[in-house]
Amino acid sequence: MADSILHIKNAGKSRGAMRVLEGVSLNAEPGQRIALLGHNGAGKSTLMKAVLGLTTLDDGRITVDGARPGSAHARTVTAYLPEAVAFHKSLTGREQLTLFARLAGSDMAQVAGYLDRVGIADAADRRIGTYSKGMRQRLGLAQVLLGRPKLALLDEPTSGLDPISRHELYAIIDEMAAHGTAVVIASHTLTEVEARTDRIAILRDGRLVADDTLDNLTLRAGLPTRLRVRAHGDAAARIADETGGTRVNGVSVDLLCTPDRKMAELRRLSAMGEAVADIEMHPPRLEDLYRHYSKGDSQ
Amino acid sequence: MIRRILAIARIEAIITRRNRWLLMATVIMVLFAVALTLAGSAPTGTLGVNMLTVSVASMTTLSVYLAPLLALMMAFDSIAGEAERGGLGLLLSYPVSRAEILLGKFLAHIAALAFAMVIGFGTAGALAALSGGADAASLAALLRLILTSILLGAAFLSLGYMLSALAGSATGAAGLSAGLWLVFVVLYDLGLLGAVVFDAGGWFTQKVFPWMMAANPADAFRLWNIAASDGVAMATGLAGAASALPIWVAPVSLLLWPVLGLLLARRFFGRLEP
Repeated sequence: MADSILHIKNAGKSRGAMRVLEGVSLNAEPGQRIALLGHNGAGKSTLMKAVLGLTTLDDGRITVDGARPGSAHARTVTAYLPEAVAFHKSLTGREQLTLFARLAGSDMAQVAGYLDRVGIADAADRRIGTYSKGMRQRLGLAQVLLGRPKLALLDEPTSGLDPISRHELYAIIDEMAAHGTAVVIASHTLTEVEARTDRIAILRDGRLVADDTLDNLTLRAGLPTRLRVRAHGDAAARIADETGGTRVNGVSVDLLCTPDRKMAELRRLSAMGEAVADIEMHPPRLEDLYRHYSKGDSQ
Repeated sequence: MIRRILAIARIEAIITRRNRWLLMATVIMVLFAVALTLAGSAPTGTLGVNMLTVSVASMTTLSVYLAPLLALMMAFDSIAGEAERGGLGLLLSYPVSRAEILLGKFLAHIAALAFAMVIGFGTAGALAALSGGADAASLAALLRLILTSILLGAAFLSLGYMLSALAGSATGAAGLSAGLWLVFVVLYDLGLLGAVVFDAGGWFTQKVFPWMMAANPADAFRLWNIAASDGVAMATGLAGAASALPIWVAPVSLLLWPVLGLLLARRFFGRLEP
């Protein structure tokens, strides 16, 4: 696509006899938030390094805002947050961020603002050696914000963050996306990614096995919705018999049904009248989807 | 380009100061230089040279060992360590080239070394001049010693970066650096000495040996200081080797090594995948 910031076509790479990337194609448009999911060793980090120009591809090609990865232009428009950010212990947060601002050619006056934005303004003049893991991660995020990048690559950005920090992190990501930055988040922390991304791409053994919106992925996977029916009195046995569900903890029955069978199942249950006390619906979650696509059931 | 080199250099200078490298290097230089000057004050009378000349001669021998050592200790971690900590990948995601990173680090480290040399040799030189006299020639020799020591440091800094880029790990780089120091500073000379003894004043000793000596930056440093000052040559007893070569050979060798080292470092750095 012409307006893609990131354009990956048929990326392939071998490391020794291992194929770490194979035929990966992926696009990112301005303002899109894309979750890149996969197990350890699925190729997420390698793909990010290829986009950064830190490693070369054997096959296929990547362009970043029309430029070659690693070229001056590509580096100028790209921001990166490595998985384990280790800054130099004896520098202060402000010094470290000032270095990055100088290298990026951005306005020095903004450094203090970014430190404040990620919530470490108070620690700005303390040495990074005294920072907690979460604070280092925040400093890492501050350097991502520098110079309003067009593409942000975040490798496991939530690792080491407490729930409140995670929430703030996603607020910052949303803000970046709202300003038109394409954000790629590599992660295996699935629960937050669910609500916070526009598209989900799943890598398995170097291949892209899924790249779509959550809704479409759910539809395509055809994973069953689970209905948990709580019975009145001793009706559980009867319900289980009639519906073919499995009994759980005495008073409830679990039913699995495909998305298109869901309404029919619900009508049948409501026809049972008093016997049914309550129905809980569990649509398939990202975890299930992830398991589905990363095991390769669909192929 | 200059702006980015200076940005890296500024940060490296802060790190060198904070992790006490600057202080340590300076203290080491002062201690050794002063100790040698005080211990070496005996032969002034017999040689008929003033005390500063003797002091410079002994400090030349000291610098051959110490300048490469300090330089390698500063350099070995700078690429491998950063790669290990994961900071290199992040740094390279910015629009800064590997050459700019190298030059920035080099600038900060050479400044730190220069500071240590000036303070160390300056203190010892001043002490010698005050207690045993000095003249224009011996002052020039002191100045030459300081400048050539900085060049020698530059040569080994660049070689240290090369090993750091080559090694893949900071521990590996430390090991390689120790090996490099041993080869260039100790074993190389021993080898040459053995060859000269075996050759017994023949073709090798007269034609090849002086050039081989000049090819080693540590020996080129020695030759330059000796060839340029009669007093120092007399005090070190190495006048023979120095006079066998054209005067420009040792300076050219010592000036070329840092350039060569940086080019090699850049080459291996380019191959390193963070």
